[in-house]
Amino acid sequence: MQQTLTVTDVNAYIQDKLDRDILLSSVAVKGEISNYKLYPSGHHYFTLKDENSALKCVMFKGNAFRLRFKPENGTKVIALGKISVFPRDGAYQLYCTAMAIDGIGDLHAAFEELKKKLSKEGLFDSGHKKQIPEYPGTIGIVTSSAGAAVHDMLRILAKRYPLAKVRLFPVRVQGVEAPGEICAAIKYANMHSLADLLIIGRGGGSIEDLWTFNDENLARTIYNSQIPIISAVGHEPDVTISDFVADLRAATPSNGAELAVPDMQALFQQLDGLQERLNATILRVIRLGRLRLNALSSSSAMQGPTMYIAQRRKSLELLRSRMTAVQSRCLYGNKQRFMSLAAKLDAMSPLKVLTRGYSLTTAQDGTVFHSIKQAKPGESINIRLADGLLSASITDVEEIENESKE
Amino acid sequence: MNQKNKTFEENMDRLEQIVRAMEKGDVALEESLKLFQEGTSLVQSCTKLLDEAELQVTKITAGAEGAPEEVPFDAEI
Repeated sequence: MQQTLTVTDVNAYIQDKLDRDILLSSVAVKGEISNYKLYPSGHHYFTLKDENSALKCVMFKGNAFRLRFKPENGTKVIALGKISVFPRDGAYQLYCTAMAIDGIGDLHAAFEELKKKLSKEGLFDSGHKKQIPEYPGTIGIVTSSAGAAVHDMLRILAKRYPLAKVRLFPVRVQGVEAPGEICAAIKYANMHSLADLLIIGRGGGSIEDLWTFNDENLARTIYNSQIPIISAVGHEPDVTISDFVADLRAATPSNGAELAVPDMQALFQQLDGLQERLNATILRVIRLGRLRLNALSSSSAMQGPTMYIAQRRKSLELLRSRMTAVQSRCLYGNKQRFMSLAAKLDAMSPLKVLTRGYSLTTAQDGTVFHSIKQAKPGESINIRLADGLLSASITDVEEIENESKE
Repeated sequence: MNQKNKTFEENMDRLEQIVRAMEKGDVALEESLKLFQEGTSLVQSCTKLLDEAELQVTKITAGAEGAPEEVPFDAEI
């Protein structure tokens, strides 16, 4: 006889079987919602169906609050969860932990396709990207005039670089009209040269919300803009086609404002630094100048003319004493010669001869007697001696034979 | 378009040029003093421009005949 089991046993058995199955413990199911009902408890009950089958589903409140859309009958979804048994009903069902609209898959595919296409055309080339001006005079913001994005950007610009002028180009940032409006704003700004830099962007949202910035026409308009463009879309992990084409990508609108301008505080520091460098350099130049001046002024030429003159005077003295010495020597020599010559002359002087006993005999008229022939006895004569004169008269004349004649 | 900003940019450029020239070391004393004075006054004027600046915000729309229309934008910063 077959073993009999209770209903509970059977359901428990089936539950155990399903709970042990790896595939069924985490499964993603694609289907259309039907029989949808939201209970006061906050739990969602519905059926997922396709052409041939149906699967009962439940999503408890704790998981449902994360839903990014409102589930409705007919919505095509992908539901994640676990298949298990609800013993009370003897039914198995999908305990759903997360659910998303099935269109997402298509969006992702479209994004990848467009990205590849435009990349191949060269729209993302870094060589084409323009430099963001260092000190932008006028910044154009292309975004919604309401919402946090514009407020955040203006606040940051005011704080960092109030020297800039800001022009807002208000546009829709989601919906079918949005890409067209943003393109028009970019073209308009270019046509009338209304900015040195454009920031285009919006705050965070779902992939559908941000889809505007994946528009192909917008990508081409960004590429052709003469004015540099910063793309500032969504949150940090959100990446759109605009981000690839733009001249600079910002993670968020706030980041866009930060990248657009220098920071005033940093500029103040930079100015301080420059002033310091000026100060240091001029001090160095002055110090070098002073050193040179000191070196020159301590050279002997510059110790005042006194020193110079004293030196020259010393030289002069030296020369003078040498000259005197030479002079003296010369003079002495000459004196000696002179004196000896004078002495010789003196010895030969006729007056000197007189002292030796010779005398000079003259007639009255002063004629000197050389010979006896000039004399007549009885003539008055003068005899000159060394120290005086004798008056005499000749008594007798006598000739003497002389061997030596003058 | 924005004269204050243009002046600021030109001043910063000239200032950096002066500092580079002076630091190069081949400038005579008298010229250095002149450059120092010019540089210092540029630092002061840049600082003043930043201190006194207030962010101007306007909204642009295409007016009649396509010409830009500009009005002040109050965004409760």
